[in-house]
Amino acid sequence: MIKANDYNSVMSRKAEIMLKSVGIDYSKFESGSIAFDYEKMMRETGYSLEEMQKIQYSVGVGNTPVLELKNLTALARKCAPEGKGARIFMKDEASNPSGSFKARRAANSVYHAKRLGFKGVVTATSGNYGAAVASQAAINGLQCIVVQECYDSKGVGQPEIIEKARKCEALGAEVVQLSVGPELFYKFLLLLEETGYFNASLYTPFGIAGVETLGYEISMQFREKYGKDPDAVVCTNAGGGNLTGTARGLAKAGANTRLIAASVNLSGLHMASDGQFNKKSFTTGHTGFGMPFASWPDRSDVPRSAARPLRYMERYVTIAQGEVFYITEVLARLEGLEKGPAGNTALAAAFALAQEMDQEQTIIVSETEYTGAGKHIQPQLSFARDNGIEIFFGDPAEEVPGKNIILPSHPSLIKARDVDLVHMRRSLIKTAVNTYQVKPTEADIEFLAEETNSSVEFVIETLKSI
Amino acid sequence: MIKKGEWVRIHKIILEPAERAPQVPEDTKKVPLEMWDKGFLQANANIGDDVTIETVTGRQESGTLIEVNPYYEHDYGKFVPELLAIDKQVMEIVFGGEK
Repeated sequence: MIKANDYNSVMSRKAEIMLKSVGIDYSKFESGSIAFDYEKMMRETGYSLEEMQKIQYSVGVGNTPVLELKNLTALARKCAPEGKGARIFMKDEASNPSGSFKARRAANSVYHAKRLGFKGVVTATSGNYGAAVASQAAINGLQCIVVQECYDSKGVGQPEIIEKARKCEALGAEVVQLSVGPELFYKFLLLLEETGYFNASLYTPFGIAGVETLGYEISMQFREKYGKDPDAVVCTNAGGGNLTGTARGLAKAGANTRLIAASVNLSGLHMASDGQFNKKSFTTGHTGFGMPFASWPDRSDVPRSAARPLRYMERYVTIAQGEVFYITEVLARLEGLEKGPAGNTALAAAFALAQEMDQEQTIIVSETEYTGAGKHIQPQLSFARDNGIEIFFGDPAEEVPGKNIILPSHPSLIKARDVDLVHMRRSLIKTAVNTYQVKPTEADIEFLAEETNSSVEFVIETLKSI
Repeated sequence: MIKKGEWVRIHKIILEPAERAPQVPEDTKKVPLEMWDKGFLQANANIGDDVTIETVTGRQESGTLIEVNPYYEHDYGKFVPELLAIDKQVMEIVFGGEK
């Protein structure tokens, strides 16, 4: 029988395609209401920490160095009140095989795909994850297809995304490039159906659990070198996987470390807008993914996302594009390290957050990412300028995404701006009730308290206001 | 004439504007969803012809032939003078004695 391949027909086959391509029967973890058994899902479909370490270390992933940024710390102390300015560290995830922490997620996904007997993997991403999956597929001898949102309707692509396409191809993947739009998912489903390959989703339990080794390593490396866990970890936040996995890994190490999420502020820009696509200078790590995925994680390409960042974040801060570009340049000039830029979102936040902390405290950024032609501040700023974005020195608090990029006229102007987490928690609870259209059970209320890192009382109070 | 077996790039419309998903913003709804892919040309053809390719994963994909021996041109962009100003500023703050 020939299946209809129009948009609606393909989307209606989503559940069936997903089940076949991920190999997880998510219904096993459902309660039939709002709640589902997250920990059971992670336990039964993921891998233990020891298994993941074994898988990752066998393919050269993980055990990345922790770098202390002494000159950046000195700069922060020059901007901080007397006695303030925590030591700033960075986990150099760029030294993973594909140049980012995503290698951890990919190593597990691809290992799992191979174990289940799949001949290849498909992934939908314009980011570092594509290269990570391509790299791991190459190591494991599997085929790889990366579906990428790349160009606007004029055929213009951001230099950063073009570079990521090149890297995926260099690592042997077929790169299917698309113009702007959420229907990328439609082509993704068609490819899964056509090839019978594994869906190397970013949001499966094995993908997320793959990041647990990152949090665990941070704790172990700190204990060994400095005799204690770091006081705070900052994760660049988009889909929430980095933060979720890092937090779970830290918990497995028994660390009592504060978890802070950071995203580039792209408020006002619509992520699916053809006209605004090339007006933003960040393709990941920004609020356009970070906010919606934190306030409602089950919007990904799997029925239940294993990335549930609101469960773990103690604070969520935003940072302006100009601040991340500035700190990226500072990292090169003061520390001799060319990284990022998108991965330096958390670093820009850490630079500001360190100034709130005491000098004997420590703050670590969970990742760096590789840099190269296209994926570098110079081409990204010059591309922005060519697209009519004004770039100038001033106060980044006044930056308007899509209109200008304001580089701080002094590093003391770099500020981490808090997102209202109470509002975000309420929003998640409301969305849950609206989505499932049920009267929340006792189990649902407990689940929502865990989901929002709040309390049963907070959930009940929020439910009353709906 | 581009020969069978050459490495080429194709372009194809996947969804016409009228077929786009209901949730896309107005400006995106006005344009089609386009696709680009690369592979080995399956029969002799000219630029602009409808062709079939075999991709590196062994898939057959069809579309309009737009490029032969495609290559990347992305680079390090044009000079951005602000970056040198940042360097100068932070060097002065950290090593120049300013407090």
